Amino acid sequence: MAIQVKTVERPLEEISYVKATLKGMVTTFKHLVDPHKVTMQYPEQKWDLAPRWRGTHRMLTTETGKAKCVACGLCPTVCPANCIKLVPGEDEQGNRYPLLFEIDEFRCIFCGYCQEVCPEEAIHVGRHYENAEFSRERFVYDLERLTAQTHPVSELWDPAEPAGE
Amino acid sequence: MLLMQDVASLFPTGDPQGPLADGPFVVAAIIKILVFFVAYLVTVALMTLAERKISAWIQDRRGPNRTGPFGLLQPVADGIKNFIKESTKPGEAEGLLFRIAPALAFMPAMVTWAVIPFAAPLPTPWGLVDMSIANLPVGFLFMLAISSIGVYGLVLAGWASNNKYALLGGLRSSAQMVSYEIAMGMSTIPVLLLAGNVSLSAIIQQQQAQGWNVLLLTISWILFVIAGFAETNRLPFDLPEAESELVAGYHTEYSGMAYAMFPLAEYANMITVSALATTLFLGGWDVPFTSWDNTGPWTVLKTLVTFAAFAAKLGVALFSFVWIRWTLPRFRYDQLMALGWKVMLPLALAYIVIIAAFTLALEAAGLRNSIAFSAALFALNVVLLFICSRVLDRGRLISPASPRARLAEVERLRERSAVARRYGGNPSRQREVDTTPAGVA
Repeated sequence: MAIQVKTVERPLEEISYVKATLKGMVTTFKHLVDPHKVTMQYPEQKWDLAPRWRGTHRMLTTETGKAKCVACGLCPTVCPANCIKLVPGEDEQGNRYPLLFEIDEFRCIFCGYCQEVCPEEAIHVGRHYENAEFSRERFVYDLERLTAQTHPVSELWDPAEPAGE
Repeated sequence: MLLMQDVASLFPTGDPQGPLADGPFVVAAIIKILVFFVAYLVTVALMTLAERKISAWIQDRRGPNRTGPFGLLQPVADGIKNFIKESTKPGEAEGLLFRIAPALAFMPAMVTWAVIPFAAPLPTPWGLVDMSIANLPVGFLFMLAISSIGVYGLVLAGWASNNKYALLGGLRSSAQMVSYEIAMGMSTIPVLLLAGNVSLSAIIQQQQAQGWNVLLLTISWILFVIAGFAETNRLPFDLPEAESELVAGYHTEYSGMAYAMFPLAEYANMITVSALATTLFLGGWDVPFTSWDNTGPWTVLKTLVTFAAFAAKLGVALFSFVWIRWTLPRFRYDQLMALGWKVMLPLALAYIVIIAAFTLALEAAGLRNSIAFSAALFALNVVLLFICSRVLDRGRLISPASPRARLAEVERLRERSAVARRYGGNPSRQREVDTTPAGVA
């Protein structure tokens, strides 16, 4: 196989460095005066989150303000990151409720399995992402904190309508 | 009491349009130095912000806008941050040189400014105050002398750091600045030919009389601007600090305020080069299309207006620095050297000869100091620019990544490889086996 040398014989008018420079300067100047800027002014402006965005957890409550959780133990079982700690309890009527329900947001990988597996639609991942804290301990959310969250929750994927949101 | 009278006698009030006495001259010089020093540092600080803003806008971003209105306090925040950071020194670095190099880089840029006239003279009760810190008769030579000191800061920073990348950056900066200094000096000689003087005020007067040098000496202006970019180590000539190759170049090992001195020096140099380009080619503080500002009697209003004109020209020049930065990519090292030595220097030398001969011819024709003189020079420049664009700007300015092979050369290579194939991949065996010329067999 012989060496193939590809030569592009451009017309001389097309290899002008000055012309290319001026053209480039016009391009940059157009961008300079273009009022459309892509930077989002973050704290003032925020992204519209997708309905299926999986962020900070939230525990839904009944009308009486108690957590819907019945401590069935499915979410700690399904959790791949092992970030849910659940100690079940039972009251006099035999209703199960969580004595201890903690989610470690550091360990969580936000897969959303807990929401999918929950038979009571109690634990949810939420459409929310601003959860910075000043200490590591604060990232372990207890039941009180999970029920106190107010952000909208994530929607589940509907197998009947796979393309839809 | 006697002493008071002695002091008072040192400051005689005189003709507002006349020269200053010694006492007022010294006081005026001190005031000018103080005011100018502060104004210069503020301009440098604002330039860092302007660069970030313009860079951002060119890249469709918004730029710093959180510190103060429009981010105006950003330079202050940067300054505070740099001041409270530790200024480290590598263990093997050359202590003294490592410490004075940032100062050496920053100082010459400021010293050059001392000779630049930035407004029409200001009338005061004691006499006429020149609006340049020192109206040197050899201002231009002073400027050339001082600007060559600037390279020491960079070279010493690179060498004293005891770091291979810093050393390479320092070497590059010395090679680059020495090379382009020659082209820069040569490009300004036609300006001196026209002005017949090396005083910057005289150069401005000549431009007020005959029209700006940017029209009369366009090629000189172009060469000066390109060399100016190289002298300030700005893109596309920022090889001394090429991030992608040399970490950060000569200031790799610096931190804190010692580091900040280098970018500040770069901005200071930009302002100085812009001021020189303004003075030498854009008519200095001259307001175009009117001679109201160039003639006495001088008034405070004239000083302010001419200062505004100077500031506007300076601003445009500074803006183009940033504009070019975000337009052109960095040159390769061989392209840089080839452009400086093989294109700009010969062009500058040839231009000196052409301008000298042309001016001489015009003088012999008795056209000196007339409108025809300016018109003829302008026409000459249009013709020369056309010739340059036809001859030079045909792939000769910047060498491409690989040499453009001529078609005949390609044919020769193909033939050679065809012969090689016939003799088992070794074309040198051809002579031993077969004496037939390659084309015939």
